[in-house]
Amino acid sequence: MSASRLFYRIGFYIAVVLIVVISVFPFYYAVLTSFKTGTAIFEVDYWPKSFDLANYDKVLTQATFPRNLLNSLFVATSTVGLSLLLAVTASYALARVRFRGRGLLLITILAVSMFPQIAVLAGLFELVRYLGLFNTPFALIFSYTIFTLPFTVWLLTTFMRDLPLEIEEAAIVDGATPWVIITQVFMPLLWPALVTTGLLAFIGAWNEYLFALTFTSSETTRTVPVAIALLTGASDKEIPWGPIMAASVIVTVPLVVLVLIFQRKIVAGLTAGGVKG
Amino acid sequence: MTPSASLAPSDRASGRELSLQQQRVRSAFWFLAPMVIALIAAAAWPLLRTIYFSMTNTTLSSLYEGQWIGFDNYLSWRTLSSGKTIWRGTLVDPAWWNAVWNTVRFAFVSVALETVLGLLVALVLNAEFKGRGLVRAAILIPWAIPTIVSAKMWSWMLNDQFGIINDLMLRMGVIGQKIAWTASDATSMYAVLLVDIWKTTPFMALLCLAGLQMIPKDIYEAAKIDGVHPVRVFFRITLPLIRPALMVAVIFRTLDALRIFDLVYVLTPNSKATKTMSVISRENLIDFDKFAYGSAQSTLLFAIIAVFVAVYIWLGKVNLTGEGR
Repeated sequence: MSASRLFYRIGFYIAVVLIVVISVFPFYYAVLTSFKTGTAIFEVDYWPKSFDLANYDKVLTQATFPRNLLNSLFVATSTVGLSLLLAVTASYALARVRFRGRGLLLITILAVSMFPQIAVLAGLFELVRYLGLFNTPFALIFSYTIFTLPFTVWLLTTFMRDLPLEIEEAAIVDGATPWVIITQVFMPLLWPALVTTGLLAFIGAWNEYLFALTFTSSETTRTVPVAIALLTGASDKEIPWGPIMAASVIVTVPLVVLVLIFQRKIVAGLTAGGVKG
Repeated sequence: MTPSASLAPSDRASGRELSLQQQRVRSAFWFLAPMVIALIAAAAWPLLRTIYFSMTNTTLSSLYEGQWIGFDNYLSWRTLSSGKTIWRGTLVDPAWWNAVWNTVRFAFVSVALETVLGLLVALVLNAEFKGRGLVRAAILIPWAIPTIVSAKMWSWMLNDQFGIINDLMLRMGVIGQKIAWTASDATSMYAVLLVDIWKTTPFMALLCLAGLQMIPKDIYEAAKIDGVHPVRVFFRITLPLIRPALMVAVIFRTLDALRIFDLVYVLTPNSKATKTMSVISRENLIDFDKFAYGSAQSTLLFAIIAVFVAVYIWLGKVNLTGEGR
């Protein structure tokens, strides 16, 4: 190995290490902090020194945090279910049936997904009040469809376009209606795509902040991001960093585990939305 | 839906073909209807109401008692008896233009840096080496962490008294004294940029990586045989070939950056130097009870983004829908 090649390889591995450390360190540091209590929290440590579960105990027993977790879970799951239900049939029509205005409809759906959410906030606020949904999880499920639905339709359309035409033709020849084609022929082939899409939509709904902050007003109806953002101490000066970090870890660990398990699927989903165009 | 029995293979004459197509279009209509209705209810109608509110003097406490005042929330003027003209409205509000400038600055810098860094990370991940899967998993972590959690994590790390960033930089001798990164107007924009870049570079990297992996390997081999310098290969082969993928990624990211709300709202509350269009709109809408005024600002943000998309698609000839492949 020549000197310049060696130099290149060392540089390459330094880059790899840097990427990993920068990606993982903030989360590692949050975990580290969440195990510290009292004055230990204010000492900067690079390696784990204490292992104290008091912060977790505090977050999970004293506050309304468990309730917030359930709210988030309910809202995110319902949003995903609703979006997938509406999106499966719609994306079949968009991917497989030729009709006038299809391109325009696709562009419109894409436009909605890029919408600034603040632009609908005032109108949604009125609608949510009018429907009597204010301060309930249903306000969030309803408003979250604005970003999960276009996104799921978009992604499923891309996936469905790639299914071989022959399968559908064979089904048509056998006399299958479009409904039968979707439920009996496409669904079994499509479930990996459904998992990917559902997962990405779940993460989006789980992480949402603006609507959750605006459409809920009491501690028991809040979702986790709002609860974490509003965790405060007795005074402004005493931000409870320990419990905040514990709550953050609790919220993030399920996502990180999901992401690591479904790594390939998530990457496929993320890139299908962007690159295939 | 017509009975499917009539579609037996034996009678698939040209007339039958047409009715099959008609039948498919009809069922497509019913398949699309629920989704379209949902989007109208959750997106189109609220948007129209927001635009309507922006032309009234509605307040948060009396949503239905607002009166039509035309464009006064945007711009209005009154000439005093002394001959002096007083201008009012968002378009002459320095706080609004400050927010516009912050947003544009943020969007430009963050997207530019994320693109460059994302491309670099993608180039690293595109090489074959042991543990590549592990690295790819690691870079997904910042992407998966909820924005609010990242904002809290980083505001703890950037804390002026006890933050690890100050500690690290002091030890390395980069700074002479501790800096209040998120609280001071001089540095709060850097803090927001840092966290946003940390969080979204993975997304960029994955999109770039997908683009890179679609480039056929033999092109590189040909270049290697011809003895072309790697840097030249990158600018002459790699970059032009991933340009379409890059264009799409950049537009997605820019739109995301232009509407940024949660990171700024949680990481640097009350900082004038980072307040974006979304933040100022939401403050007026809900916190300051200037509902109609906030509606006008969010309508303007919508208009700016719409114009941006139109220009970008027109200039870049981006084929976003993937139709007609």
